[in-house]
Amino acid sequence: MICLIYDYLIIRFGELSLKGKNKRRFIYKLDETVREKLRPFPNLKIKKHFDNIDIQLNGESYQEVAEVLTKIFGIHLIRPALKVENNIESIKEKALEIIQNEPNVRTFKISAKRKNKRFPVKSNELNHVLGGHILTNTENITVDVHHPDLDLRVEVMDHETRIYGKEYRGAGGLPVGTAGRVLLMLSGGIDSPVAGYLLLKRGVTIEAVHFHSPPYTNDRARQKVIDLAEKLQDFGGKVKLHIVPFTNVQIAIRDKMPENYSMTIMRRMMMRITEKLAEKRNALAIGTGESLGQVASQTLDSMNTINEVTNLPVLRPLLSMDKIEIMAIANRIETYDISIRPYEDCCTIFLPAAPKTKPNRKNANKFEQYLPIDDLIEEAISGVETIEIGKHNDKDFIDQLL
Amino acid sequence: MIYLDNSATTKPYPEALETFNIVSNQFFANPSSIHGLGGLSEEMLKRSRTQAAELLGVKPSEITFTSGGTEGNNLAIKGVALSYSQRGKHIITTEIEHAATYNAFKQLENAGFEVTYLPVNHKGRVNLEDLKKACRKDTILISIIHVNNEVGTVQPLQEIGEWLKEQRATLFHVDHVQGIGKVPLNLKEYGIDLCTISGHKFHGPKGTGLLFVRGGVSLSPLFSGGSQELNRRAGTENLPGIAAMVKALRINLETSKRHLDDLKCLKNKMIRSFETNDDLIIHTPAEFSAPHIINVTIKGIKAEVLVHALEEDDIYVSTKSACSSREGGASRVLLAMGIPEDEAAHAIRISLSLENTSDEIDRFLDIFNKKINELKSVMG
Repeated sequence: MICLIYDYLIIRFGELSLKGKNKRRFIYKLDETVREKLRPFPNLKIKKHFDNIDIQLNGESYQEVAEVLTKIFGIHLIRPALKVENNIESIKEKALEIIQNEPNVRTFKISAKRKNKRFPVKSNELNHVLGGHILTNTENITVDVHHPDLDLRVEVMDHETRIYGKEYRGAGGLPVGTAGRVLLMLSGGIDSPVAGYLLLKRGVTIEAVHFHSPPYTNDRARQKVIDLAEKLQDFGGKVKLHIVPFTNVQIAIRDKMPENYSMTIMRRMMMRITEKLAEKRNALAIGTGESLGQVASQTLDSMNTINEVTNLPVLRPLLSMDKIEIMAIANRIETYDISIRPYEDCCTIFLPAAPKTKPNRKNANKFEQYLPIDDLIEEAISGVETIEIGKHNDKDFIDQLL
Repeated sequence: MIYLDNSATTKPYPEALETFNIVSNQFFANPSSIHGLGGLSEEMLKRSRTQAAELLGVKPSEITFTSGGTEGNNLAIKGVALSYSQRGKHIITTEIEHAATYNAFKQLENAGFEVTYLPVNHKGRVNLEDLKKACRKDTILISIIHVNNEVGTVQPLQEIGEWLKEQRATLFHVDHVQGIGKVPLNLKEYGIDLCTISGHKFHGPKGTGLLFVRGGVSLSPLFSGGSQELNRRAGTENLPGIAAMVKALRINLETSKRHLDDLKCLKNKMIRSFETNDDLIIHTPAEFSAPHIINVTIKGIKAEVLVHALEEDDIYVSTKSACSSREGGASRVLLAMGIPEDEAAHAIRISLSLENTSDEIDRFLDIFNKKINELKSVMG
């Protein structure tokens, strides 16, 4: 059921309000993202102000628009609002209508503000009049001034009165694109997309790096990563995906490195390649989905050994999370079902039977003397394919058919 | 041709047939095959599912593609009954269901389930109070048709759904085959757990359909076999049919958004014309009915005779539901509404689609009235 009673959605910023002189830049970015994401609703009119962005709905469903907005970082609250003439009877009628249209409201309070002092009914009086009107015209709804299900805000302004419905909680965080660029190592598993999501939450722009080993990994594994990157893009910003050809590196490692160090050295190679790419792309850090101790490559010994090869900050937003917590987020952001598609990825294909859980830097460096590191990196970098997510050429044909 | 038997089936959209053709030709590989060609088919299937989910406001994992309304209803009803029989063996439906639901319940009744058939009033509506009384601790399923296929009555699903939300143990299945694109249904808000839709009722190909199964609801499959459709329906997917149905669903819902009011006008135009004719008894209620179905008895004229008389002028209407029109006798649905047997036996159903035009209805009414007068003079 589409409910058309509201005229506006008002977006409030939250944490962003604290950012002093940078605020203008933050709002600018947020406004850009909001417009981009709301493009499917052509009737909306979006206006940005110093403290909020207001969206005139012009007949679009506020639920559908709000649902899109709740995914965008940098938004603290979304309030549906309707406007009504400065006339006590109209205000009463609309306030009642809002209560009746909100499901699951058992208790309420009225918070009236009279900015227009010429309006004849004072704020306090307005609270009583509206509260009384609602109580006499509804059943099973009572007043609770401390913890109401619905805090019905009424603002009497110079030319109109605004009444606000039940607010939606935004995703919080900072607008994507305000914190600089991070290269995210995106494997296709459950963890790395969640790490990407949490990095986006702090405002970074993400470019994903995926290591692809044809013919050992196939196009569907690749498609899976494209789909994951596309999901991440829902949360703001454009996501680029760099696909690195990794077959030759893996073959070289299998042929030349001791089996129990192959995983450690493979990770070091990935890290080196990602750092090189970061340099090319002006990224300031590398993001991974590592969680301390989860698997052999994520023990503290492994991290210490692998991290040696890069000087860039390695951001690990999942570091202290349990698998269950990570899975819960993956489910919520809808990456879980994509991640569990059963295709081989480059990490599983040459997995040694017993990878070292306590590798050390000294041994790794000793073994790597026998590996043509620079050549392998150069070869990989020169073969990188960069995909702009959302501009899917091969998918357009399917789109036309549906 | 004026085709007014759209509740039996609709004419496929040319765009849907084009999709059917292209997908048959170019996406013929099995979506489960691991090679690239299979990957392409899998992508097609995935995108079809995503689009269907978006159109219905649900998650892709909640969509199961089926062969149509009969399979959807059977899978929902028997699937739930078998899966939850440990919890209880009482199931509820109404007296005015489509044969696919009604006979599935009869079959379960024979297999040891206890069934309550809710009565309807003279308008064909069930009463929430009756449902409340019928509901017990061991009731595992309630299945209700949203829009009745013979008279067009719309059931109070919102009321029922909202009450049911508090009865956690009971699942709610809706047969939405006649309602899709005609009477909006909010699956999430009404607390619906399962919902059946059939492709050929909205200008998609025959042999296609989908069942919405809310996340967390477990279904015992009707077909044993591979793990297609999240283990709910084994068998290689009918990819051309699925893609064409999803295309038709999109076109239909977009058309409905713009032209549903026009359809209501067409129906009202017919009703107003019928009301002036004393020989007609309209069974479709004025309130709570869908905008595309009119069920009417012409006093003294056999329905079958009128159907064939109209056919001479290339106009197509039907006697009751196509699925039971060959059984003979009065309609079970009309009888349940308390309509006398001789009246019920002579009812015809006129069913519109969003594709019908105002000119067609004018011409239809013209010829319809002429035919009635002719037949009356012969038979009277």
